[in-house]
Amino acid sequence: MNAATTRELSYAEAIREGFAVALERDPRVLLMGLGVPDPKGFFGTTLDLQKQFGPDRVMDMPCAEAGMSGVMLGAALNGLRPVINHQRLDFALLAMDPMCTQAAKWSYMFGGAMKMPVVFRMILGRGWGQGPQHSQCLHSWFAHIPGLKVVMPTTPHDAKGLLIAAIEDDNPVVFIEHRWLHHIKGPVPTGHYTTPIGPARLARAGSDVTIVAFSYMVLEALEAAEKLAREGIDAEVIDVRCLRPLETSLLMDSLRKTGRLVVADTGHSTAGMAAEIIALASESAFDSLKTAPRRVCFPECPTPTSPPLSAAYYPRSGHIVAAVRASLGQPANPADLALPAGVELDKPNPAFTGPF
Amino acid sequence: MIPHAPADLGAALLESMVRIRKVEEAIAAHYPEQKMRCPVHLSIGQEAASAGVCAALRPDDLAMSGHRSHAHYLGKGGNLNAMIAEIYGKETGCCHGRGGSMHLVDLAAGFVGAVPIVGSTIPIATGLAFADRQLKRDRVTVAFLGEAATEEGVFHESVNFASLHKLPIVFVCENNLYSVYSPMSVRQPAHREVWQLAAGHGVTAHQGDGNDPLAVYELARASVAQARSGQGPVFLELKTYRWREHCGAGFDNHIGYRTEAEYQSWRERDPIATFERRLQAAGTFDAARFAQFNARLDAEIAQAFAEADHAPFPAATTLMNHVYAAS
Ligand SMILES: Cc1ncc(C[n+]2csc(CCOP(=O)(O)OP(=O)(O)O)c2C)c(N)n1
Repeated sequence: MNAATTRELSYAEAIREGFAVALERDPRVLLMGLGVPDPKGFFGTTLDLQKQFGPDRVMDMPCAEAGMSGVMLGAALNGLRPVINHQRLDFALLAMDPMCTQAAKWSYMFGGAMKMPVVFRMILGRGWGQGPQHSQCLHSWFAHIPGLKVVMPTTPHDAKGLLIAAIEDDNPVVFIEHRWLHHIKGPVPTGHYTTPIGPARLARAGSDVTIVAFSYMVLEALEAAEKLAREGIDAEVIDVRCLRPLETSLLMDSLRKTGRLVVADTGHSTAGMAAEIIALASESAFDSLKTAPRRVCFPECPTPTSPPLSAAYYPRSGHIVAAVRASLGQPANPADLALPAGVELDKPNPAFTGPF
Repeated sequence: MIPHAPADLGAALLESMVRIRKVEEAIAAHYPEQKMRCPVHLSIGQEAASAGVCAALRPDDLAMSGHRSHAHYLGKGGNLNAMIAEIYGKETGCCHGRGGSMHLVDLAAGFVGAVPIVGSTIPIATGLAFADRQLKRDRVTVAFLGEAATEEGVFHESVNFASLHKLPIVFVCENNLYSVYSPMSVRQPAHREVWQLAAGHGVTAHQGDGNDPLAVYELARASVAQARSGQGPVFLELKTYRWREHCGAGFDNHIGYRTEAEYQSWRERDPIATFERRLQAAGTFDAARFAQFNARLDAEIAQAFAEADHAPFPAATTLMNHVYAAS
């Protein structure tokens, strides 16, 4: 194959290309999911793949998340490499048994006798009144389970690279996309490449404070870093990217440099990934910490539908800036949390006008 | 509520359907204003199911539904103003703006709740019926569902339990042939009808014309009577068709998942126009009553939208309210 060239793709296009590469390279790869071949193409991430690879490899399914997940586990044990697609993470929850109690245990409980090469792909909903049952950010649930790998790419490059890595992995991988990343563009190499499952990514180098972020919150963290830079505060931003296995070397190096930690997660704080990062930092780099770490997470209530309530619900770059200020011992600045005029917090992308 | 007097029944069914349609057409007309900032799933074309079933229920009977629930909520007597305000995200909404269109409730009307996870209210509705049976109340519960919900495991687990315990529940399945954009052919085997699934669990099951409100009413009346009398649950498959897009206010035929010919053939079977013609032919269509009803209805709907538009949003300080019940 020729050396890869790199061009700009949207995150959704990168996912689609990752699927095309994986389907092309390995006839055992199979895509299944409600609406995978439909005209909307799963937010554009599976468009025309059925035309290219046929209905036996790119298929719709009955509305039966639990059963179909279990069936795909058997298929994976018996020679296929399935990807099960869910348009909302909430729908995947119907399949917690096959994912967490079956797939995650299979290699271990049979003493390594079998492999479970399956990908559970799910999209986090947010915005336009998705509300309490279409926007739960429960990635921490999966990260809690030994035997699963859990990835949450932020950039188009990592979306494609981690997707291919997940499909080629011999273990069950939970692949989670945030809806608000789909339209984001970035450089993506052509052809086959993988992004290793494990290491975090340095999204921005800095020396004063370490901001660790997940998925969409990486974009908010980068915006926060820019705002802080204007005030002479130099923030380092780490994109966690892989929740399990969670490799912490980048984080520890950063903490030894900055001594300050703010974690921005797209999820609740209690028993969540932000808590995990802070626990790891406390265990391994306690001596480096100059001040108490801080979390920027969802409030401890379900997602409300009403626009002003969801505007009050979702943390933004300003919340991260405020947390950084606190960690630096600076007084709070109410301007941090002010919403700029004209900003609509319930639209996943600028072109969006509803309905879902 | 729809009175049971047979002389009135035709007019009542027609009015119930027209009310649902006009409310949903008003939602569709206002939706582009971007003030209803949540997904909406309209039942335009499917009104006969809700009208016919709800006409066979007592006000104290219970109902639950899923993502496409406006018709069921209204048919059961749910408060229109509270529904529209909810879709606008307002504090005066039936869920105080926490839920939006996909989450409706009106306990006073016996509408115990609608949520969008497909199939999720089927076991809950079964539990309502179970409690009524245990507590010796002679109430019936209706679980409204789409045919895709019969593909979920919980459907089978619930119908089995309802059958086992002869619970006072009627499962009403509106089969509109599509799950989002996925046709029956990619989800269920050919030559096996949906009603047969329920029959396999040992419950009485019927298939009916979901575009004929009177046929639906007759089926529902018999089913409710059976369920109420302790002879066990009934499953109704009502064949019907959704006119507008799966989610949203527009039309989606142009994206190519269904044919224009199929769509037009169902448009010709418009449950409202057909029924109106039938009442006229039978000489029981009361034009004056209908005109008066329409005028009242238009005013009622205009009022509901105006009130919802002007109602206050929930205050951000109330974000954490209701996470736990106050006890
Ligand atoms: C458990 C679950 N899986 C998938 C979805 C996505 N979804 C929303 S509506 C819908 C179609 C349901 O079809 P049907 O039950 O026939 O009802 P209809 O929309 O046709 O009225 C699907 C699959 C969901 N909401 N919940």
